Amino acid sequence: MNLRVGIDIGSTTIKAVVINELDETIYKTYLRHKSSITTSLINLLKDIEKSFNGQKMFFNFTGSASMFLAEGIKRQFTQEVISATEALKHEGDDFDVCIELGGEDAKIIFFNGKNIEQRMNGTCAGGTGAFIDQMATLLDVDSAQLNELAKNYQKIYPIASRCGVFAKSDIQPLLNQGATHEDIAISIYQAIVNQTIAGLSQGRKIKGRVAFLGGPLTFASELRKRFIEFLDLKNVFVPENGEVFVAYGAALVANETSSTIEELIKCVIKYDKVDRRNQKKTLKPLFETKKDFNDFKNRHNQARVEQVDIELYSGNAYLGIDAGSTTTKLVLINEDDEIIYSFYSHNKGNPVDMVKKAMYEIYNLTKDRISIKSAYSTGYGEQLIKNAFNLDNGEVETICHYKAAKHFLPEVEFIIDIGGQDMKCFKVENGVITTIILNEACSSGCGSFIETFSTSLGHTIKDFAIMALESEKPVDLGSRCTVFMNSGVKQAQAEGASPSDISAGLAYSIVKNALYKVIRAVDVKAEFGEKIIVQGGTFYNNAVLRAFEQEIGTEVIRPNIAGLMGAFGAALVAKENTKENSTILNKEQLDNFTYKTRNAVCKKCSNYCALTINIFNGKKFISGNRCDKGAGIVSDKNKLPNLYLYKYDKIMSYTSNKEKTYKAKIGIPLVLNMYENIPFWFTFFDTLGYEIVYSDRSNKAIYELGQETIPSDTICYPAKLVHGHIENLLKKEIDYLFYPNIPYNFIEKDYRDNEYNCPIVAFYPEVIGANMDNVNLNTFLDPYVSLNRIDYFIKNIQSSINNKMKISKKELKNAYNQAIKAYKDYREDVLKEGKRSLEYGIKHNRNIILLAGRPYHIDPEVNHGIPKLLQSLGIVVISEDSVNMYDDQKKVNVLNQWTYHTRLYDSAKYISKFENANLIQLVSFGCGLDAITTDEVKRILEENNKLYTQIKIDEVNNLGTVNIRVRSLLSTMKGVK
Amino acid sequence: MAKLIYEDSRVLFTKEMKKEYLILIPSMAPYHFDFFTDILGSEGYKAEILQNHSFDLINEGMKYSHNDICVPAMLVIGQFIDAIKTGGYDIHKIAVMISQTGGGCRASNYINLIRKAFLKANYGFIPIISFNSVGLERNPGFKITTRMTFKLTNALIFGDILMQVVNEIIPYEINKGETMEVYKEMHNLLTKSFRYNDIRAWNQPKKLIDKVVKRFSEIKTDKTIKKPKVGVVGEIYVKYSPLGNNNLEQVLRDEGCEVITPSIFDFFLYTFDSIVHDINKYGGSKKSKFKNYITVEFVEKRKKVVAEILDKYGFTKPIPYRELKKLAKGFIGYGTHVGEGWLLTAEMVHLIHNDIPNIVCTQPFGCLPNHIAGKGMLKRIRDNFPESNIVTIDYDTSATEINQLNRIRLMISNAKKNM
Repeated sequence: MNLRVGIDIGSTTIKAVVINELDETIYKTYLRHKSSITTSLINLLKDIEKSFNGQKMFFNFTGSASMFLAEGIKRQFTQEVISATEALKHEGDDFDVCIELGGEDAKIIFFNGKNIEQRMNGTCAGGTGAFIDQMATLLDVDSAQLNELAKNYQKIYPIASRCGVFAKSDIQPLLNQGATHEDIAISIYQAIVNQTIAGLSQGRKIKGRVAFLGGPLTFASELRKRFIEFLDLKNVFVPENGEVFVAYGAALVANETSSTIEELIKCVIKYDKVDRRNQKKTLKPLFETKKDFNDFKNRHNQARVEQVDIELYSGNAYLGIDAGSTTTKLVLINEDDEIIYSFYSHNKGNPVDMVKKAMYEIYNLTKDRISIKSAYSTGYGEQLIKNAFNLDNGEVETICHYKAAKHFLPEVEFIIDIGGQDMKCFKVENGVITTIILNEACSSGCGSFIETFSTSLGHTIKDFAIMALESEKPVDLGSRCTVFMNSGVKQAQAEGASPSDISAGLAYSIVKNALYKVIRAVDVKAEFGEKIIVQGGTFYNNAVLRAFEQEIGTEVIRPNIAGLMGAFGAALVAKENTKENSTILNKEQLDNFTYKTRNAVCKKCSNYCALTINIFNGKKFISGNRCDKGAGIVSDKNKLPNLYLYKYDKIMSYTSNKEKTYKAKIGIPLVLNMYENIPFWFTFFDTLGYEIVYSDRSNKAIYELGQETIPSDTICYPAKLVHGHIENLLKKEIDYLFYPNIPYNFIEKDYRDNEYNCPIVAFYPEVIGANMDNVNLNTFLDPYVSLNRIDYFIKNIQSSINNKMKISKKELKNAYNQAIKAYKDYREDVLKEGKRSLEYGIKHNRNIILLAGRPYHIDPEVNHGIPKLLQSLGIVVISEDSVNMYDDQKKVNVLNQWTYHTRLYDSAKYISKFENANLIQLVSFGCGLDAITTDEVKRILEENNKLYTQIKIDEVNNLGTVNIRVRSLLSTMKGVK
Repeated sequence: MAKLIYEDSRVLFTKEMKKEYLILIPSMAPYHFDFFTDILGSEGYKAEILQNHSFDLINEGMKYSHNDICVPAMLVIGQFIDAIKTGGYDIHKIAVMISQTGGGCRASNYINLIRKAFLKANYGFIPIISFNSVGLERNPGFKITTRMTFKLTNALIFGDILMQVVNEIIPYEINKGETMEVYKEMHNLLTKSFRYNDIRAWNQPKKLIDKVVKRFSEIKTDKTIKKPKVGVVGEIYVKYSPLGNNNLEQVLRDEGCEVITPSIFDFFLYTFDSIVHDINKYGGSKKSKFKNYITVEFVEKRKKVVAEILDKYGFTKPIPYRELKKLAKGFIGYGTHVGEGWLLTAEMVHLIHNDIPNIVCTQPFGCLPNHIAGKGMLKRIRDNFPESNIVTIDYDTSATEINQLNRIRLMISNAKKNM
């Protein structure tokens, strides 16, 4: 009897199936390998041996983690998508699509008769099992519990699906705002559905008979349900043994070499002994000797703040609460700034409960001996906690951290804080914070990553950190993002790295990420000074601390309360601002404390903010709103000049006259450069007698309309939105769809090197034509034109439209001239409004922010309401194109060859002259050109003694991080003065 | 010692430096660039193609470049800085050189990014020479003369020939290693043509090429072995540079494939031709249009000769540029010529026409032009050619080999099955 064995080794699990001649499964097994692949494999083989002693069998390996192994032991290997396809074909020939989600890969197979198309996710993609694990950790549940939670949802929140890092920064603020775990659980599943569609379908419909494979789809019933409901699937297949299905496929085609299990085990043992590690990718050990380690430990034990036994203390006390992204911290100090009580806990997605618990503990321990004189909150959940417990006030976290750091090192020059989710760095000069650096989406990789990872490898974070210290050959894991690091770890596992080498490697990569990607300092000492405080929970990990010192080549101070610094700082701030008595809820009030949340959508404007309404003891606290309207406050702030809103309304005012009779209807999508060129195109076609129909105002639903036709998932969100706008337009009655390719923009300044549009803005119509089946190419007008020269313009426009619309040259000429005039009028109007706004801000002593982006950043779905948020903070908002003609930044250190970017440089220089003006650059994730412009804008501002702030935006809808950034900027504006 | 002279805070490469300085050039396309040392040498410069490729290089690139910049910039910067730090050069007697196209993609800015990186690393005194044909950043000590242009043209043609014949023979050679031995021998033979400083520099190579191709055709091969053919297209740096693409050519060969990499020369013709296109389309100087048009025609003549020689000895006959251009029609507009633009699409169509539906489309992570001309055109290509078996691979310093290899293997598995 010829038995066949399929062994599937993935990033976290190992699966095996033995089948007989009739293709029947006679043995199957499934286990987590916890990164010791060979050991797990040997155990598994021994187990199989018990049932099939001494028999010769055909072995076939599949799965990415077995790729090198199979090669090393010279056994058959089948790529896992092929294995899955084999298994499916065996199941039946009527499948249309197969979706397989694995630990770290997502795959899709389209069956179309003989022609099978298989795809895997690209490098930048969440939406996999590891993603679910990471997200579940945020809720402090495992993936099975996550599925249970999802059963009782009421509301789906938009959560970024592109990558785990983005999703996290969406989820954490939601948690802190009080969204329910049930709703978040379902939203995570929806994010995976979106990612699968946007990342993998690429223009093909997921319909017909669909098979679901892989761990997450096998085990999570609610995830399957999400797919079924969202895609409206009628015929779904979930294999009985879904978890070993791929292994079964491999077994089906196992036919190359046969051996006994004993022989195979021998091969594996031999293979295990060979050092396969890629030497060039090995880093130096954290500690060379035991003495090094002891010296290090003793040195760091010195930075202490004293703790006093709460039972022995009586007198005044001051409370600081830091409601961070993943953890909640409380510190109670006495008159001598000693700690009488501290609390540190994972917030389990519910900071309010945590704080309540801690406060009870305080009241129980202190009885009446201690009187809290003042209480402050800080961090993500600052407002929530302040309102819930009636604290005296809140303070932005940057200030709190600085206060705490100063306590340990009064002359501190540089503070770096690595927390669970974010990383903050401050430079301090003459007692004021002069530079704030916060991590961006694509440069993340913080503490929670190590935590998630250690858990998935089956170790506690503490043990995992200790293991790192013993590592002799730490693995170099790269340092871009957690998704990349995950696969770096996968590769290291496959090469046989030990868990301790992986742990040390992770410590290094977090440090390198912080230094080279976030801070972007080559020489920290030279650029930021030698008086450095490191803090944040992540630095409790000695491996990270050591790696940091190794990498910058100097010793730093880590306070013994590294993870409590925000709360400690808040307590210090509270103490400084003591009034008579604190307003904080007393024990009795706490006993009666009730807390309810519900969700609502604000309908007061077209932003449709998803609100969370918290009711604390009958007192309402609304979060999720962008402006005061949402919070139910009547305010005159919405009268403040705001160029983003102004421009949007202005662009929308170019509408066809309902009374007029037109020759035909032309549809124009509201996308990318159209937000600048509509005055031109509208006037042009209106003059020629054509009615213009626009796509609707952007929102998530419009995006989703087109997401399955997006060919590249790493492109910027404004480009992805084009697909939805086109679909939206096609639903309207239009005769033509007009979307031109415009490689060259207008020339606004003669010293520029060129006047290009970025490649995406210039040529996106090509992608639309090639990827959207619903677009009728016969009525799709996508000429290549430049608006700069009338003769060539007419030639090009004619060649595109002539056989459809008969228009004479003379008419075209006239229309062009009208259109150019309309465009120029529009620009002048915007510039005039820019000047007026600036003057208004100066006259009324308002903070002014130049929100520097691109024309399409006025789209509220792209800017996520940031202009409104700024307005609600009492800020006058101007745009880059509203002041760029008032100054010239002739000298830039890069090619000044994109018109929109020239505006950034010129306007940055201009606003530097105004004391109460600052700049925030909006950068769309994936914008390659901004990798070049941001440094230049930063340089121009810094040369003029202004701070540079950047906000990266994508699908991400939540403004929690934006809030912190803006408030930090505002707080330093105070400092600068 | 040469004095440092600045123009707008840019260190110039002076005439004195021409004698004293060593010019470092990043490695990009080994088959082609290896000739540059000899060409520059024959023109009185000292030059060296960098061969460093250690892991430290990536770390240096990461340190000295922007987080979101594409991988070619990061690697070139890393390669320079690593070489300067560890290469044992007299750092006050070196200059570096980088090509600059002037197109709408971020690559036109690499030189500025290198300059910024050098400043950050305190190497601000090292001159950076822009190698371009559009008159960006002139230097008194470096001039692309007509004679040098001829030689460079030949070098690119030689490179294309060597790349093609080696790729066609090596998977089938009977005596392992013979092809690469012949390659070395022929490479040296070809460099001899650069010694001439008169018209022979242009004429001589024709005979040489015949000799070289003939020599390769004599290598014993076993064509009864059936191997899947895999085309490699994409962004120019990651397509050709083993450093950029984790040694893709070798990986594919090890997986039992024959590799086909399209001509680098067509890329240069395409850049000249695109200038002509834009002047026709949007207006511009007639003189420049004529100059660029003539260049394309002139070089095409040489390519034609080469094509016939290759054909004569049984190698695949390369497609003329104008023919290749026609293949993009119906897929993408000629106006899309940022980065590889329509040429990339045309190359994929050409491969499929030649029964090579198996393609690796390479690009740096987040490459802007490839969103359009690469990934953006795949659906149209698949709709027209259902047999196409294309995998797109993003390259990044942090992307792992195992993920790339896994995707490549999926493509190869299908290729083998379809044979």
